[in-house]
Amino acid sequence: MKALEIKNLKKIYANEVVALKGIDLVVESGDFFALLGPNGAGKSTTIGIISSLVTKDHGSISICGIDIDENFPLAKSKLGVVNQEFNFSQFEKVRDVIMAQAGYYGVDPKTAAARTEEYLKKLGIWDKRDVFIRELSGGQKRRVMIIKALIHKPELLILDEPTAGVDIELRRGLWDFLIDINKGGTTIILTTHYLEEAENLCRNIAIIDNGTIIENTKMEHLLKKLENQVFTIETTESIPDNLKIEGFNLTVEDNNKFSVIVPKDVSMNKLFENDSFKQLEVTNIKNQTNRLEELFLNLTSKK
Amino acid sequence: MNHLQSLKTLSYVQVRRILRIWIQTIIPPAITTALYFLIFGELIGSRIGEMPGYEGLTYLEFMVPGLIMLAVITNSYANVASAFFGAKFQKAIEEILISPMANWAILLGFIVGGIARGVLVGVVVVLVSLFFTNFGISNVFLTLFSILLTSTLFSILGLINGVYAKTFDDISIVPTFVLTPLIYLGGIFYSIEILSDQWQFFSKINPILYIVNFFRYAMLGTSEIDPTLGLVLICVFTVGFFALAYYLLHKGVGVKD
Repeated sequence: MKALEIKNLKKIYANEVVALKGIDLVVESGDFFALLGPNGAGKSTTIGIISSLVTKDHGSISICGIDIDENFPLAKSKLGVVNQEFNFSQFEKVRDVIMAQAGYYGVDPKTAAARTEEYLKKLGIWDKRDVFIRELSGGQKRRVMIIKALIHKPELLILDEPTAGVDIELRRGLWDFLIDINKGGTTIILTTHYLEEAENLCRNIAIIDNGTIIENTKMEHLLKKLENQVFTIETTESIPDNLKIEGFNLTVEDNNKFSVIVPKDVSMNKLFENDSFKQLEVTNIKNQTNRLEELFLNLTSKK
Repeated sequence: MNHLQSLKTLSYVQVRRILRIWIQTIIPPAITTALYFLIFGELIGSRIGEMPGYEGLTYLEFMVPGLIMLAVITNSYANVASAFFGAKFQKAIEEILISPMANWAILLGFIVGGIARGVLVGVVVVLVSLFFTNFGISNVFLTLFSILLTSTLFSILGLINGVYAKTFDDISIVPTFVLTPLIYLGGIFYSIEILSDQWQFFSKINPILYIVNFFRYAMLGTSEIDPTLGLVLICVFTVGFFALAYYLLHKGVGVKD
């Protein structure tokens, strides 16, 4: 079953900015899907149209098989959205905001209270339940946004930069939480500027640029397109000035560190088996390249 | 989808908002009304005497229905205009828009907030009035009905204002430059019989005059204008503006790109 199906979606804003030029996109049920693109590419417009905050000019959208033009309320009941910007009253308390969101989806107060407690505890902010939203940190507000989107148990969850401005520890915690949610059967579409996040979490990916989908494939297929990888190698002893490893491009960075470019069709073994390399006492090898970032920049012509 | 649950939730959120900021919502009308009674009633009112068409009533008794209407109209309007615009400003309106809530439920939820504040403030004004004068209510049912209907109408108008508002100035322009002059010139403090023909003409094209007089009839049992006109006017405006507000929400005016 398709969790989301977009056909020929077009949007031109009143100021004549062409945001979407007729995109097609399918996200299968149960997928963890990355929708990436530079700022102004059309990601937020797409999400806005799916969640009814933006009106479309042309095209069709189905959420879990329900066409939004035929039964938008039913389609919306299957959808949870974590928007990029905080969208709650700063003057309400945490629990009240979440309970209200559940109520808007028609969830009865008893069920809503139980789910609110469950998610607040899971995301580690149960002790903040009676605190005013304005008194929360950025990371805590992000977690409230995620709970709001999940409170009605949606089948499709769209997260528009859910970890923006969140510290590393919390980001990793949120990744684990989202992986659990996805394993529970919820389809997740993620937009993020942390490409490492998309690479770690998502199985499929679409890249949108200038209102057009320029890539739509499996994450592993996309990563295979990478031409080169750059490794940084650290040694205990000083690196000889004339160090050369046949078939590889080297750059000496300091006495104990050099980088080497490994083309995608060349095995790493070839590097390790090289006589010059064998003479070195290696302490550390690091992949310097953020693989998805490289591809993203190549595809969106920003490099 | 349980639309009744979503309506109950939004109504509850709106009423909670009024009670949370009670210093802004409840206290000011009480103070303003007390000042009106003190100045226009106690100090000046005794020199004004009876109003033509309302013989047997003191000026204070004449003024009470008008002051209740003043409070009900301004507060129900301001409540919904500021609640809706505030939700837009903080993007909290998105919580409602992305949910499957029906447009009629969104509309009614905000209106319930306006009615709640209108009625609450109306009760406060009645209580304040009792410190200055004793009065009976001619028709309790019609009085309550009139307050409910009037606060409904002005809640809808406040919502329409909130829909179009882009800045905080936009939610104060209509109340300051349109609503307040119409209310003050709508026979709250005087009977139009004391006006010249020319000013009577201008007064009679002011819809607030009919609304105030319908309420005055409900409370005092007498009115200088046929109360049926007021009732019809409020009903027609309420239905018409409800349809307009529903259309605006349906089209996403002011809330969707």
